[in-house]
Amino acid sequence: MEDESFLTDDFLRQLINVGEVDILVGLPTHNNAKTIGPIVNTIRSGILRGFPRERAVIINADGGSRDGTPGLVTGISIDDMRPASSLYALRTLHSISTNYGNGPKSGVALRTILAAAELLRAKACIVMSPESANVQPEWISSLLWPIYRDGFDLVSPTYRRHKFDGLLMTNLLYPMIRALYGVRIREAYMPEFGFSNRLGSQFLSQNGWSDGIGGTGAELRFTLAAITGGYRVCQSFLGEKKHIERHASDLVPTLRQTVGALFSALESDFPVWSKVSGSQPLPTTGSDQELLLDPMRVNRKRLREMFSTGVAELESVFQVILSPSTLAELQRIARLGEDDFQYSAELWVRTVYEFAASYQKSVISRDHIIQALAPLFRGRVCTFLIENRTGSANDVEHNIEGLCLEFERLKPYLLQLWKSRE
Amino acid sequence: MREMIISELSQALHELARGFAHYLPRLIVMLILAFIGWLVAYVVKVVVRAILRLIKFDRLSENAGASQLLTNAALPSATEILSRFVFWVTWLGFILLGVSVLGILGLQDQIARFFLFLPRLFVAMFVMFFGLLAASFFSRAALLAAVNANVRSPRILSLAVRSIIIVFVLSVVFEELGLAEQTMLLAFGIAFGALMLGLAIAFGIGGRDLARRFLEEKFVRGKKEENEDELSPL
Repeated sequence: MEDESFLTDDFLRQLINVGEVDILVGLPTHNNAKTIGPIVNTIRSGILRGFPRERAVIINADGGSRDGTPGLVTGISIDDMRPASSLYALRTLHSISTNYGNGPKSGVALRTILAAAELLRAKACIVMSPESANVQPEWISSLLWPIYRDGFDLVSPTYRRHKFDGLLMTNLLYPMIRALYGVRIREAYMPEFGFSNRLGSQFLSQNGWSDGIGGTGAELRFTLAAITGGYRVCQSFLGEKKHIERHASDLVPTLRQTVGALFSALESDFPVWSKVSGSQPLPTTGSDQELLLDPMRVNRKRLREMFSTGVAELESVFQVILSPSTLAELQRIARLGEDDFQYSAELWVRTVYEFAASYQKSVISRDHIIQALAPLFRGRVCTFLIENRTGSANDVEHNIEGLCLEFERLKPYLLQLWKSRE
Repeated sequence: MREMIISELSQALHELARGFAHYLPRLIVMLILAFIGWLVAYVVKVVVRAILRLIKFDRLSENAGASQLLTNAALPSATEILSRFVFWVTWLGFILLGVSVLGILGLQDQIARFFLFLPRLFVAMFVMFFGLLAASFFSRAALLAAVNANVRSPRILSLAVRSIIIVFVLSVVFEELGLAEQTMLLAFGIAFGALMLGLAIAFGIGGRDLARRFLEEKFVRGKKEENEDELSPL
């Protein structure tokens, strides 16, 4: 371990009291009092149902909640479950909490959970999101069994989603990671996931927790570490994914913790991804991807306007990041009317690859590069919405597959950019 | 009379010759110093240029917006200008050292003052460069934030941020150089005050609708406008 001293004495004392465990459930929180109660109950219920004989612990890594979240996690007794569910555990189910700082830091929270898993020698571990609105007890087994029984090292979830849900995942993260790392992992940025102690310890021992890894996007780096480290990765279908309400202002922070983390990882992973060609599917339990087609009203006009405004206003920034031909093409489509507007897959892939290469070379502040991607992403989203407005699940899948293949086809272009700018 | 004139002339010539003999070695020393100075300055220039290229100073200058200013003024790159500046300062230093060897009265004070002024000049240049860098960084940050927040006329906001920082930097630079301190202080006060007043008026008038919309969205539960908020990126 790089540094154990970040764990408080009190937390270490609690871990010593727990002793060794078979199952560890990590729960990173920050002011989640509204949702955490049902989630903890569901986790306990899932453990009682699937792992009644195993020694289990819930580790809550809290970022200084002021709404009593840690108390809610540790306060729920196992006895609260029994009258309703008639479930019995043969072992004590511990629940302990630690405060790692003031403010949510996903990297620090993950590090705390990984350190606890290593100290308790947990055989199988999962991390659950405190923001999932519809966690089911079956999710616990779905994420733990592949580790505990089948010897996998990382279990990534797949969900039943609306066709317009998770557009950053379908339009950038999934196709780009697939093209570069050669692994068809649907949810590389995982709200819930399972991992083995082996993988957790290896990731924990990596250097750079104080700067790179410990920052935002640690979950994505964890996934990439599993892929590049040659660990056994699989997917497990969990069911429908419901989010808590998000706002437009969430886009830039989301880009930072996902795209920023991915671009940053490309630098250190270059020896791995530069040699990969094509992509392979992952072993998957249940469905790979299920799409809901409920009608959804979205203001495409606003998205297109924000794209056009962004292209016009950020010209000086794009001149530094993009090639002249890509910028000229973006300026051309920014002038098109709503009916003719189309941000093609090829142009989108070229844009993303040029952003990645510029990020690597730090042509301007890296955070500014990520922020500058936001209006262009809105433009791509607008086109995706138009293309799939009336499309069936198969049509949408077909379009996503087409985009993935475009990312794979243009991978040599990224390699060329990477080398030419050195 | 004739002898007296000849005597005076020969004495004058003698004194001239003595003066020349007195100054000639010093002049030679000065010329040698100037030559050595040129060599040292040239080496320093080459080294500085290599270091600046190694640390990609031109890119830094480009980020600061200084390169654009130089291009507009048909000047060479920032690396070239800085290395030439170092060359001239070094060579001038040696020349002035040589001049001081001549022992010309009054000139020594001027040379001493010049050498005392050099650190201030360097500090002023340092402040100017990093001030431009800061102005460029923060104006771009403001531009990106404004574009992503869908604020109207984001370039004006960005320009305002850049202007405020540059005005502030210029006032610090002039104060450091000791040039028209009072005038600059007054000019800075007037320019900064006018800018703030202008922004306050602009926000007051232009922000009415924005404030109303914000308050309506915050407190009035009406029909929810369809927008991208319903789309989750993850």
